[in-house]
Amino acid sequence: MITQVTSFSRNGMSDWIVQRVSAYILATYTVLLVGIMLLQGEITYSSWQALFSQTWMQVMTLLTILATCAHAWIGMWTIGTDYIREHYFGAGADGIRLVYQVGCVLLLVVYVIWTVKILWGNG
Amino acid sequence: MQNDNRPINVNPSDLLAFAWPITALTSITHRVSGVILFIGIAFGLYALEKSLASEEGFEAIRGIMNSPFGMFVTWALLSALAYHFVAGIKHLVMDFGFGETIESSRLASITTILVSAVLILLAGIWVIQG
Repeated sequence: MITQVTSFSRNGMSDWIVQRVSAYILATYTVLLVGIMLLQGEITYSSWQALFSQTWMQVMTLLTILATCAHAWIGMWTIGTDYIREHYFGAGADGIRLVYQVGCVLLLVVYVIWTVKILWGNG
Repeated sequence: MQNDNRPINVNPSDLLAFAWPITALTSITHRVSGVILFIGIAFGLYALEKSLASEEGFEAIRGIMNSPFGMFVTWALLSALAYHFVAGIKHLVMDFGFGETIESSRLASITTILVSAVLILLAGIWVIQG
């Protein structure tokens, strides 16, 4: 029997909504960044740095990495609970899944700290 | 408590075990592309950090992205992004009640493949042109 205590919100409906809201944010940022890069033509160091030194771009980038955390966690959690289970992994499945989930969270935490450091690390 | 009669998920290793319906193929590809992006973010953040740190870093990243291997990795990550984006839009469209019958969901899957194939091709052209 699998007793789940680590879903994003312990509530499937809430997971569903979070996955949608974060998806809209991620899609918006993707279109925005690709659009800017295509419209700008030749990207230089100064134009690239000017783009990421603007407050709205920094806020959008931070918002996007936070949305990534929610979105990727729900996705990776779903994949983990679908495949890392006794049927495939035997009796140790719960332990393996816990290690997998902790690994996913740690990587996302690293991504957030890294992003903050990139955006505001050097003033 | 073990109950072997419980239903299980289709596993990527079952790919050759039986003929998958196209809707299952597009669904598993959505998952696989998501995992690739989850890892791929590290490449993106590394490139962003280097490219913003200094003029030399910017040129170094440009050099890596213009090397054959760098172009391939960039294209592969853009392809995963393109597919995940399009398959995700399909889900958002389905939220409004479209594509819930067998026929319309097949059509939605075919559309997902065609649109993402075009975007992946365009991404390849973008990467090659620098």
